[in-house]
Amino acid sequence: MTIKIDVDMAKCQHYGQCVFEAPNIFRLNNDDKLEYTAVADDSERANVEAAVDVCPMQAIRIVE
Amino acid sequence: MTKPVVIVGASMGGLRAAEALRRFGYLGPITAIGDEPYAPYNRPPLSKDVLKGEVSHEAVAFPQRPATADVNWVLGTRVASADVANSTVTDDTGLVHPFSALIVATGLRPKRLQVPNGGLAGRHAVRTLDDAIALRAELVPGANVVILGAGFIGCEVAATATLLGCSVTVVAPGSHPINRPLGRTLAAEIKRRHEAEGVKFRMKSTVVDLIGEDRVSGVILDSGEVLPCDVFLEAIGSHANTEWLEGNALDLTDGVLTDGALRAVTTGGGSVENVFVVGDVARFANPIFDDVPRRVEHWNIPTDSAKRVGQVLAAQLAGENTATLLSEPFAPIPSFWSDQYDIHLLAFGLLGLADEIKLLHGEIKGDCVFGYYRESKMVGVAGIGMRSTVQGYRSEFKLEG
Repeated sequence: MTIKIDVDMAKCQHYGQCVFEAPNIFRLNNDDKLEYTAVADDSERANVEAAVDVCPMQAIRIVE
Repeated sequence: MTKPVVIVGASMGGLRAAEALRRFGYLGPITAIGDEPYAPYNRPPLSKDVLKGEVSHEAVAFPQRPATADVNWVLGTRVASADVANSTVTDDTGLVHPFSALIVATGLRPKRLQVPNGGLAGRHAVRTLDDAIALRAELVPGANVVILGAGFIGCEVAATATLLGCSVTVVAPGSHPINRPLGRTLAAEIKRRHEAEGVKFRMKSTVVDLIGEDRVSGVILDSGEVLPCDVFLEAIGSHANTEWLEGNALDLTDGVLTDGALRAVTTGGGSVENVFVVGDVARFANPIFDDVPRRVEHWNIPTDSAKRVGQVLAAQLAGENTATLLSEPFAPIPSFWSDQYDIHLLAFGLLGLADEIKLLHGEIKGDCVFGYYRESKMVGVAGIGMRSTVQGYRSEFKLEG
């Protein structure tokens, strides 16, 4: 099983709060912009859900 | 019939508490009672991005998860009182709601200015969606906007109103905007950037009265100066919503005092086993910093406190031995951000505790990172830009030993 992750980059302000919750999925690049892995193993679900919760812009969702 | 867990407050903290109860295995009934007519929504954008466009519930609503689809949301209903000894709360229609456990998530309300000629239209505060909708409608190009208070909300609205074409004056008693907690150097730079955008400041000043018949047309400062004013925003801090808990011998000195499991503490110092507190109404000690209980109005506190409560309460309701869980520390790393023009501030920690502030990276006119220290130990970090660098310091905030 995999999960699909979508970040609304029009909303994202690159605060990087998600990076601490799901470090395997989200990271800030050298320009401090968010990069993420769009498909992940289901074992990452809890971490990604935590990232969804803490996103200040509420820009992250798990596509079911 | 099984009595529900009753959550009073249907905002972020209440929603996260319901989600956490489910995540930690509680399958029983949950009732969430909120005085606003809306399902839980995200408040921070109300003074920032959302205020620039069309303010709507849709724009800020939190997504609802399948696990909490069966939560009984009682919206548009204010809880008037609680009877902790008998495990009930009573709403303002007189309906009594029995509970197995109570989660207090009633948050804050804005302080309002008391002045002789106060009963005028055109006065605003920003806490709720309806507040933001009402304010947005009056932020028209050319409007004279006076903002009392130069904290984060005052400065964010000043920036947004300026971008919308309003003429903005900020009035505040301090020497610099956001001087506490950011410190003089960063505060002076933020003031400079606001002034470059056309915002005027009347620092070390306050408003002593309003002018107008039905609607505000001006404000009178303590210096005697009169500022023309079409829209008056009061951003002077908050009160914790705890009046409904009075009469239960809880310690309600500035919020609800809690123990490390976020259980309410009585005036005698004991913990109430089935009353928990989440979000910015909770006053708790954070062992990362010290043993002084504080309310913390930062972004992550509702989520972190709700997780802690959900884990403890779900175990307790399942009849498990919670001794180990209860002894674990609650040590969230405070986190917040602010957007003003192209200033994107990101911070971790409790900056206001600092006795020394140092520029760590960059330069004040551009991107920069400041460290906040108390007795040489880092208690906070804040940066404009340089996100990765700011984040690198987050690991400084951890429990000793």
